[in-house]
Amino acid sequence: MSKPNVIFQIVRRGGSLFSLIKKLWQHPKGRVGLILVSLLVLTAVLAPVLAPYDPYDVTQRAAKGLRPSLQHPLGTSITTGQDILSMLIYGSRVSLMIGVSTGIAIAFLGALMGVMAGYIGGFADSLIMRVVDVLLVIPTLPLIIVLTNLLGRSYFVIILVFVAFGWTGLARVIRSMVLVLKNSNYVKAAELAGASRWYIMTKHILPGTSHLIIMNTTLTCAGIMVAEAGLSFLGLGDPTAISWGKMLAEAQGGGALLFGAWWWILAPGAGIFLAVFSFMRIGIVMEEVFNPRMKASSGIYKLFKHLNNRYLDEVFRSMDDEGDPVTSEGSDTPPPPLSGGGHD
Amino acid sequence: MIVNGNNRHSDALLEMESVSVNFPVKRAYPFSKRQWIQAVTDVSLRVSMGETFGIVGESGCGKSTLANAMIGMIRPTSGTVRFQGDDLFSLNRQAFKAARRNMQMVFQDPFSSLNPRFTVYDIIREPLYIRGGVSESDMKGKVLELLNLVGLDEEDLQRYPSDFSGGQRQRIGIARAIILNPSFLVCDEPVSGLDVSVHAQILNLLMEIQQSLNLTYVFISHNLAVVKNICQHMHVMYLGKTMEAGAADSVFSNPLHPYTKALLSAILDIDVSRPRERVLLKGDTPSPIDPPSGCRFWQRCPFAMEGCKTIPAELVNVEPDHHVACHLISGFSSEQKAAGFAQPLSPQHGE
Ligand SMILES: Nc1ncnc2c1ncn2[C@@H]1O[C@H](COP(=O)(O)OP(=O)(O)OP(=O)(O)O)[C@@H](O)[C@H]1O
Ligand SMILES: [Mg+2]
Repeated sequence: MSKPNVIFQIVRRGGSLFSLIKKLWQHPKGRVGLILVSLLVLTAVLAPVLAPYDPYDVTQRAAKGLRPSLQHPLGTSITTGQDILSMLIYGSRVSLMIGVSTGIAIAFLGALMGVMAGYIGGFADSLIMRVVDVLLVIPTLPLIIVLTNLLGRSYFVIILVFVAFGWTGLARVIRSMVLVLKNSNYVKAAELAGASRWYIMTKHILPGTSHLIIMNTTLTCAGIMVAEAGLSFLGLGDPTAISWGKMLAEAQGGGALLFGAWWWILAPGAGIFLAVFSFMRIGIVMEEVFNPRMKASSGIYKLFKHLNNRYLDEVFRSMDDEGDPVTSEGSDTPPPPLSGGGHD
Repeated sequence: MIVNGNNRHSDALLEMESVSVNFPVKRAYPFSKRQWIQAVTDVSLRVSMGETFGIVGESGCGKSTLANAMIGMIRPTSGTVRFQGDDLFSLNRQAFKAARRNMQMVFQDPFSSLNPRFTVYDIIREPLYIRGGVSESDMKGKVLELLNLVGLDEEDLQRYPSDFSGGQRQRIGIARAIILNPSFLVCDEPVSGLDVSVHAQILNLLMEIQQSLNLTYVFISHNLAVVKNICQHMHVMYLGKTMEAGAADSVFSNPLHPYTKALLSAILDIDVSRPRERVLLKGDTPSPIDPPSGCRFWQRCPFAMEGCKTIPAELVNVEPDHHVACHLISGFSSEQKAAGFAQPLSPQHGE
């Protein structure tokens, strides 16, 4: 089975966004992901209602270092007496905001660049692909450190750098998909009927790539959430915000390990894990829905690959595998055998 | 040069004159030598109004490329394509679009020729929708009429291509191809992607449509039996070049080119009563990148001579409406013979 045919299969599988969500819901793993993501979104939106205390209140001298109890279900911090549960709830806002906004921005930029490179081709293609090559070899962490020193520590800088460097993987996949769709026979038929480039782009090409974009976006969200936690831990995030990464950093700096305040460390860790896990679940299940032959390797491994911009390459490579259970082409009539074989 | 000499008086719908199509090969290094795939080289043909014109040849010999050049999807590297007398590639945009609406194509692969996200109705009416100026109800009426013609049900309209078998998909593709009332239909191996059991159905459908709508067909195939049954004229291609051309009857009753003979040897169901020489070929088709000099076929030809290696074989007229490009038929001049060009190559030359 050739790569193009698998791509048409991906285009075919899945219909509207609604039916996609339905398919996710029907998949046991996908359902877990959907529920967790919904809970996460609810927590972030309703944070002021849900949080039992003011997470910014650092004046509770009497409540320092309390173990989990009914008053403080997740305890309090040793240094300032902040309520951990409230911080955890507020921290979901930063994670979600950064993960989702970066994911969406990357989806737009990556899709735009990929479609331009694939559909316009020629000079636009070479230019975009050279930029991708260059961006892939620039290390982002030192860049973020330099930029936060220059522009001040803020999530805006972090999002900017994530977006500026994160679109390359998506652009490459979208480009190869567009190349296949552009040369497909149904586009040819539309061209024969006199369709404009705009018509072909909006009716045939963009809809065909939408699933890949959605799938990539959920995985990007997961990856960015991990990266954000890492940067906040390193103290590169907004110093005034409450985020899970920063909570971890404070716990470490405040001697949580030394004093055995395990709740202070465990809570943000679990938050990060659950958020990333739920987005990843959705992304990976989506990919199973679109491309059942994708190797069932471990999710962590996939996430690692994804963070390194190599993950989608692997998705594509898996498409080149032999033997496709879904599309059978009927029995081709072989061309007349011309070689004399054993008649010599 | 125009082949099919006999039909000069009849109306030519499509003419190609010395059409060549080369594709650039992606360079391995930025400054390495530019190479070209010579997909089609110097092909001339003339398709008359109302006939079925066959093109046969092995996979990769340039049939689809030639077809795409006919309908203006690929601009030939050189040569002209005339449709209804107008040079297709010198028309202005408007006229070019209008001419192309007169030509349609039925595709080889019924799986990639229908957008999987479109319903059958969306697929069939798309050409009308793109052309515009037709009301929704008129479109619906037209689509239903065609659906009937190609043998599908009204209930199928809201279903998706994935719900259909290969043969049914090909029917949908045929309905889409004829909705703009074209005069010229290129069928690029319309059955080779299908189950053998539905070949006859689809071919019969195409023939019925040709009759009732008075269409002109170019029919591409690697199956000589099909071409023999439905075509009036044919071209046999090898590595982008025409090997033998003319009226299908003359070519089948009197195949002259060793390649045509080899193709005929490979099919068993044609005219078993007549004894014929069996020609068997050795080796694989060479790459169309840097094709062999001289006759393109010499490396695989059992009758190759010294001269075939260097001198390209020109198409010559052997009988009315029958052309062959082969040194065995056209012979060498006496000087060339003196230089040993007519010496047969040793039997192992292909190895
Ligand atoms: N767009 C393209 N770019 C580069 N090379 C091409 C392109 N289209 C076709 N070719 C090459 O041109 C040659 C002829 O291809 P073509 O598709 O016309 O063959 P064909 O006779 O239709 O084969 P088949 O029976 O498999 O359909 C092949 O070697 C192919 O690789
Ligand atoms: Mg072909």
